[in-house]
Amino acid sequence: MSARQDYPSRRTQMERLRRQVRALEQAAPAAGHRVARLGARALDERLPGGGLAATGLHEVLPARSEWDDGAALGFALLLLGRLTGLREGPLLWATRRADLYAPALPAYGVAPERLLLARCGSDEEVLWALEEGLRCAELAAVVGEVAELDATAARRLQLAAETVQRPCLLLHRRQVAARRGAGPATPALTRWQVGALPSRAEAHRGLVGNPVWRVELLRCRGGRPAIFEVEWDHATGDFAVAAELRDSATAALERAG
Amino acid sequence: MAEQTPAADRAALERLAEWSTRYTPWTAVESVSEPGGGAGLWLDITGCAHLFGGEEALSRELVARLSRFGLSARLGLADTPGAAWAVARYATQAAQPVCRVAPGEQAAALAPLPVAALRLPAERAELLRRLGLSRVADLDGLPPAALEPRVGPEVARRLRQALGQTDEPVSPRRPVPAHLERLAFGEPIGAPDDLARAVETLLGRLCAGLERAQAGGRRFCLTAYRVDGSLARLPLGTARPVREPAHLKRLFAGRLESLDPGFGIEAMTLAAETLEPLSALQMTLAEGAARAPTTGGQGATGQNAALDLGRLVDRLGGRLGFARVHRLAPRESHLPERCVAAGPALPHAGARPGRWPARPPRPVRLLSRPEPIEATAGWPDSPPAQFRWRRLLHRVVRAEGPERLSPEWWLPSNADPAGAPGGSRDYYRVEDGDGRRYWLFQAGGRWFLHGLCA
Repeated sequence: MSARQDYPSRRTQMERLRRQVRALEQAAPAAGHRVARLGARALDERLPGGGLAATGLHEVLPARSEWDDGAALGFALLLLGRLTGLREGPLLWATRRADLYAPALPAYGVAPERLLLARCGSDEEVLWALEEGLRCAELAAVVGEVAELDATAARRLQLAAETVQRPCLLLHRRQVAARRGAGPATPALTRWQVGALPSRAEAHRGLVGNPVWRVELLRCRGGRPAIFEVEWDHATGDFAVAAELRDSATAALERAG
Repeated sequence: MAEQTPAADRAALERLAEWSTRYTPWTAVESVSEPGGGAGLWLDITGCAHLFGGEEALSRELVARLSRFGLSARLGLADTPGAAWAVARYATQAAQPVCRVAPGEQAAALAPLPVAALRLPAERAELLRRLGLSRVADLDGLPPAALEPRVGPEVARRLRQALGQTDEPVSPRRPVPAHLERLAFGEPIGAPDDLARAVETLLGRLCAGLERAQAGGRRFCLTAYRVDGSLARLPLGTARPVREPAHLKRLFAGRLESLDPGFGIEAMTLAAETLEPLSALQMTLAEGAARAPTTGGQGATGQNAALDLGRLVDRLGGRLGFARVHRLAPRESHLPERCVAAGPALPHAGARPGRWPARPPRPVRLLSRPEPIEATAGWPDSPPAQFRWRRLLHRVVRAEGPERLSPEWWLPSNADPAGAPGGSRDYYRVEDGDGRRYWLFQAGGRWFLHGLCA
C-alpha cells in the first residue's frame, strides 16, 4: 500500500510531461523570438508569446473550399500585414492562379508594390519557389497558395522559415480537414481555419458592414486550439473579437489538454 | 540514289553549319544567290585553329569526321574567302581533299586556276574564255581600265577580293559571341556528374574572361555536340549581369537534366551572348552579400540587397519563366481588370512606386473573366434578390451599390468574347445568407460575378 503512494498518480505524471513538452515547444521559437501582435487581445492572449511568431510557418485554410476562399484570403492578408509591418523588403507571393487583386491590398496593411509575384504551374513549383524565397535574406516574408500540402513539404518550409527567421504563410485553396477538428497533423506553428459569418445587422441597416469571420485556431504550437468570432473593421484596419466561441469539439479538446 | 530537293539540301547544310560551330562560332551557309553558291559552308577559324593543333590538323579532323557521316568534303583554307572558295573547288582532288594556301600566297595559288574559280556567273566565265582569258593568271596583269568596259566590274571586284585587296564581309549565321569557351572530351561523356563537371570547368574559364573584360553576362548558351553530329542547346537568362561561376552553376544545375546526351557528348561550348558592364566593385559588393549570413539581414541594404534579390529572381525566372515573375504596378483605368499592370521584378533603385488610388472596398480575388450568373432582380437599378453561381443559389441579404464603372471611351471596346458586354457596368457588393461577400455587376441587362470579397 505504501509503495503505491510513492509513485505520483498517473494524472500528475501526465501533467508534468505535458508541462515539459510545452516548455520545449515554446523554447524552440524563442531564439531571436519575435512576435507580431494581431491587435485583438483575446486572440493575442491565446498565442504563445502574446502574438503571432514572425519566424515560422503559418497555415490558413478556408472552412469550406471555394466559398470561403475570400474570407480565408482576407484573414491571411491581415496576418501578413501584421507580420511584415515592421520589416522592410519585398514579399514573395507564389501562386498558381493570378487572381489576387492588388487594389484591395492596402486596406489589409499590405502594400501591393512590395509583392513579388511568382506564377507557378503546380503545387510543387509553389513549394519550390517558397523554399528559394526563404533563402533570400532580402525578403520580408514568403506567401504561397497551394491546393494541397503534405506534411513533409510543410516540415521543410517550417525548418527553412525558422532558420532564416522569416515568416512563411501558406494559404490552402482547398479545405484540408475532412472531419471536424484539428485535421491532419502539421509542423506549422499555427493553423487557422476561416469561414464567413453574417455581418451584424444592428450596426448597418441593409448595407454590407464589416466582415465577420469564424476563425478557428486549429493548431498552435505551445498554445491551445480555440474558436473566435472576429470582426474586422475595414475603415480602421482593426480586429475585434466579438466572442470566443466554444463548441463541443473545443470543449473536449480543452478538457483533454 | 536519293532524290534531290533544294529545300532538303539547304536544311542539311544548315544542320551541318550548326554542327561545325564545334570548331568555330563563326559559321555560315553559302548564299544561294551567289554563283555556284548554296553548296558550301564558310568557317572562320581565325584564332580557333590552335585549339585543334593547327590549321592542318583541324582540316584533317574535319574531313575525317565528315566522312564518318558519309559526306565527302573538299576544304580550302586561305586568307581570304575568295581564295578559299577557289582552291576548295579547283585545286583539290578526291585523294587530297584539303588545299591550304599559305598566308599571303593567294596570287600564286590562284594563278593556274580557271577564271570560273573567281565565283563568276557561268556566262561571264564563258565570255572571258572567248576573250582568251581562261586562267586567273591571264587576268592578273591586265589594267582594270581595259577589262571593265568589256566584262563588267564584277570580274575585277572578285579578283581583288580573292587576292585580299578588298575586304569581303561575310555574315555568320548567328551573332558571334565575344566570350566563348570550348571543351572537347577524349571519350564521349554522358553521365550527369561528368556534364556538371564540364559545365563547371567552362564556367570557370568563361567567368575569368568576363572578369578581364569587366563585364557580366545576361544571356548564356551551353551547346553540347553529340557523337552523332546532332547538338543540343541550353540557353539561360539572368535578371542582372552575372559572372560568378557558383551562381551560374546553380542556375545550370537545374537544367542539365533536360540535356539529352544521346550516345555521348564529345564537345561542349559555353558562350556569353549578351554582355553588360560589371565592375569589380559591384562584384565585391555582390560577393559580400552572398557571404553575409542569411539570418539577421540588417547588413543587407542598398546594392547588396538588390543583387541578392537578383539571384532569387534569376532562379525563379529560370524555372518559371521570366514573364511569370513580376511586381504589381497600378495602371490608371476605371475598369477593375485594367487597374493592375505587371512591373519589372527588380525595379530600378530610383523608380518610385506608383500610387494606388483610394477606392471603395474592393474584392480580394478578381476572377480572370467575369462569370455570368442567373440573377433574379428586385427593382430596376437595384441589386438582385438572389443569384445562382457555380450551381449554388445565393440569397442576397445585404447589398451596397451601384458603383458605376465605365471603360475609357478612347480605348477599343472591352466586349469580352465569353459574353461580358462592353459599356458601363454597375457594380454591387453583396452578402449572402452565410455572410459570404461577392462583387457583382450588371451590364447590358445581364449579371456577372467578378470578384470575391473578404
